[in-house]
Amino acid sequence: MTEPVEGPWLDGDAGRLVRPYTVSDGRTKPSTHFDLLTLVMATGNRPHHYLGPDHTHVLGLCRGPLSVAEIAAHIRQPAVVTKVLLSDLVDCGAITARAPDRAPLGPHSTDRDLLEAVLDGLRKRL
Amino acid sequence: MGSVNDSDPFPTALKVLIAGGFGVGKTTMVSAVSEIEPLSTEELLTQVSASTDSLEGVEDKSTTTVAMDFGRISLGGTHVLYLFGTPGQERFWFLWDELSAGALGAVVLADTRRLEDCFAAVDFFERRGIEFIVAVNEFDDAYRYEPEEVRAAIDLKPEVPVVLCDARDVASSTNVLVSLVQHLIDTRSQHADVI
Ligand SMILES: Nc1nc2c(ncn2[C@@H]2O[C@H](COP(=O)(O)OP(=O)(O)OP(=O)(O)O)[C@@H](O)[C@H]2O)c(=O)[nH]1
Ligand SMILES: [Mg+2]
Repeated sequence: MTEPVEGPWLDGDAGRLVRPYTVSDGRTKPSTHFDLLTLVMATGNRPHHYLGPDHTHVLGLCRGPLSVAEIAAHIRQPAVVTKVLLSDLVDCGAITARAPDRAPLGPHSTDRDLLEAVLDGLRKRL
Repeated sequence: MGSVNDSDPFPTALKVLIAGGFGVGKTTMVSAVSEIEPLSTEELLTQVSASTDSLEGVEDKSTTTVAMDFGRISLGGTHVLYLFGTPGQERFWFLWDELSAGALGAVVLADTRRLEDCFAAVDFFERRGIEFIVAVNEFDDAYRYEPEEVRAAIDLKPEVPVVLCDARDVASSTNVLVSLVQHLIDTRSQHADVI
């Protein structure tokens, strides 16, 4: 077994020290690819077996569409751990996920429509 | 491409980055415009810096994290704009690669008392071809510069807009985002004219 690493990362500039893998059962690779902006939402299908408190907590947050970043913030777990929990929920059919549209913006009319919609929405807030 | 479907419960999620040097007002700007209390998401430093394929044994390790603030603006139920304040410390900027992938664009906040602090952010976005504008956060005790003086000092390309703002003010910060999106539209129509 490897000793816990002490050293370069453990300084005041970095954030808190965590031992996150207990929640994700040692796993750091989600089965589904998630981005911080992937949106997730409960399907309403109840999982067939009891998921445990962490998964149940996350599922409870997924009533409306919410981003991975928001869920990570609410459960106070690093993004990578949150992604593992969410991929378990996708695997058992309890939530669906929608990846953000990552295509770079180009001179296409759809991109222009998108930007105009954002501009409109922002101006309404002024 | 997401299909357009009336029963689609998912809005389109978009992302804008708020970057700049240490203490320039990034978190303040995110808080000012966000409809939710600004949240913070953490990445594991070891996770992003190490190859994810060789994590055997890593589950025993404690690891530090770096936090990124973010906020949300819902735009009419169909679009949600997420604003991410990037970590001020330059040595955490490898995190920006994931953050900047797929971003609409960026705001580089500048403080005229320490203009050189924004060079690194400007350089980062220029290199990656991510469009950005520069917003000068006018701190009370700072000398007021004209936008063109700031442009010259940072050696910005003429097409990059420079705006003045007060990051604490909702309308002022929203206007910065309006300027960014307007800039993105303008750039696009110029490209379309050329093609
Ligand atoms: N007077 C004045 N103070 C400001 C303004 N914007 C931010 N501040 C203050 O400046 C300090 C730093 O602002 P932050 O928003 O925390 O800066 P930041 O860029 O998030 O800082 P780091 O995340 O540490 O890099 C805070 O005390 C703010 O209240 C401004 O427009 N005017
Ligand atoms: Mg901050």
